[in-house]
Amino acid sequence: MPDQPHAIIIGAGFTGCATAHDLTLRGFKVTVLERGEIASGTSGRTHGLLHSGARYCVSEAEAGIECIDENIFLRKIAKQCIEFNGGLFVALNEADVAYAPRFIEGAHACHIPVEELTGKAALRLEPNLNPKVLLAYLVPDGVFDPLRLALAFAASAKQRGAQFWPYHQVKGLVIDGQKQVRGVRVWDRTSGKEFEVRGDMLVNATGVWAGEIAAMGNTSVPLKQTPGVMVAFDQRATQRVINRLNEPGDGDIIIPQRRMAVIGTTSFEATDVDYIPVLKEQVRQMNTEAFELLPILRQAHMRGAYMSARPLIDSSEEGRSLSRTFKCYDHQEISGLGGFVTITGGKATTCRGMAEKTADLVCQKLGVRAECQTRDVVLSSYRDYYQN
Amino acid sequence: MNVEKWKVTFVVSRQKNQEPRLYQSFQLEIDPDEYVLDGVERIWAFHDRSLTYRHACHHSTCGACGMLVNGVEKLTCITSIRSVTHNGGTLKVEPLRNFAVVSDLVVDMSNFYTHLEAAQFGQVASLAQAALPHDADTRSVTDGEFERLVDCIECGLCVSACPSALTSETYYGPAVLAAAQQAFNQSKNSALIHFADQHDGAWGCHSAYECSAVCPSNVDPAWRIMDLRKKTLAYRIKQLFRK
Repeated sequence: MPDQPHAIIIGAGFTGCATAHDLTLRGFKVTVLERGEIASGTSGRTHGLLHSGARYCVSEAEAGIECIDENIFLRKIAKQCIEFNGGLFVALNEADVAYAPRFIEGAHACHIPVEELTGKAALRLEPNLNPKVLLAYLVPDGVFDPLRLALAFAASAKQRGAQFWPYHQVKGLVIDGQKQVRGVRVWDRTSGKEFEVRGDMLVNATGVWAGEIAAMGNTSVPLKQTPGVMVAFDQRATQRVINRLNEPGDGDIIIPQRRMAVIGTTSFEATDVDYIPVLKEQVRQMNTEAFELLPILRQAHMRGAYMSARPLIDSSEEGRSLSRTFKCYDHQEISGLGGFVTITGGKATTCRGMAEKTADLVCQKLGVRAECQTRDVVLSSYRDYYQN
Repeated sequence: MNVEKWKVTFVVSRQKNQEPRLYQSFQLEIDPDEYVLDGVERIWAFHDRSLTYRHACHHSTCGACGMLVNGVEKLTCITSIRSVTHNGGTLKVEPLRNFAVVSDLVVDMSNFYTHLEAAQFGQVASLAQAALPHDADTRSVTDGEFERLVDCIECGLCVSACPSALTSETYYGPAVLAAAQQAFNQSKNSALIHFADQHDGAWGCHSAYECSAVCPSNVDPAWRIMDLRKKTLAYRIKQLFRK
């Protein structure tokens, strides 16, 4: 092992950028290869919700706990790109109210602070809510700017020597006779040239595309590609994030962002996620649900509609019930291929924690003793990413 | 469900390795309610994987996807195909002006971001400071202090449209001066007045107002530059009487 081990990270979404940040803090030399622009895949197209974890506290406590823990860390280290005004879970009918006891119990179990409000009190806080609101809970939700969150991690990594190569697509893995990954073959899309990058460890942080990279080494990851639609309206109708108090469903989250309200989202499975057209029927259905929460959006104009594909860990279940948690895979254990790990699944909110687990595994595999420091290191200005 | 489809010829600027720019045509059969960025992404996904372009959020919050569409600066993720061409028509896509081209539609934003950082205006501000003073207030309630991501998404459309930026490489440009104006409102830091009180600063503007015309995000940089001039003059006059 050389003095400074070299990690090659494929993918400059939240996970790739956060992992680069973590590994540079642990003394690694890091090269990040990204086939497009920073955060141009799933990460950029998130609705930008900094989860309090309350959305998952009933169905999936593990994801709920991850979210609230990371929510607190991100507010500290990435304040520069987060609007933190809190969120509301809103009950509009008896079925929603009946869900409340499970919600409270789940929130307590996940140590998510919630405050109960009467319908009237909720309307005083957010007058544009449906006046039929019966009950609401305040939660510590926030909203972030997706590109700038990724750039802030990347800028911090770059400051400690990480190299970022956007528009560089990995074409294949370099594997030696001992079934050990030694590097990757890369296509520079800005010049057309192909070349090799060699390193001590390859980290596959390509999210929803993780299976494609794994297949280059004849290995695999259990993943379901699960897109959803999002719609941005040209009116910031609330200051807080508005969630429907019920099981996760379509159009149950409305996120204020800049002057907009972003509605999310649907969930279905897809096989090819390089281009996913916006399905108008889904948009209509989702909007109908969301208008129930905030009727004022009926008068707003649609500013944009877009699709984003979640990478969900495949536990052989269907869409909504798939796990929101993340997983780090050592391909040595899956298929005997050394020098290669994959991190996938998870939420934008948990990207720092995903990076920590990945860097832990990389260190363990290479015999490097270094602690994670990313919980306390405030990220560099995202604009520094553009400094050479 | 039947989706309306248009036949549109995308004429895309191609440029690699600082070679001369070429235009390449792609025939797309596309729902006109899709956005120009969707068309560009379709070309990459289904026609030519060597096409490079900047994009991230696809809903006008990140500012990465600014391009020239039929010669006009547009945020391509919210510009519907229907709004810029017709069935059987063409749609020309080029990189922003007044920035160096890295590859195809990708421009080098590093100088722009360096100047923005120097203007000391963050991306998150209180509601009052995030909006224009003559603008309908975006507050929905009065209790409590709220913050939000500010209007400027740093897309560079204003720099591309600015005739002063076209003739001077050293001019800070509209976005940076608008940021300095907002930062001064926030901090009253006189260093920002000195930053703006330069030939390449607020005085470099020729009042063409193209920046405000193309701004996709309600920043109104031209108004902010004029306001910055007023503040600069007021500061100078005050200095005269301080001794």
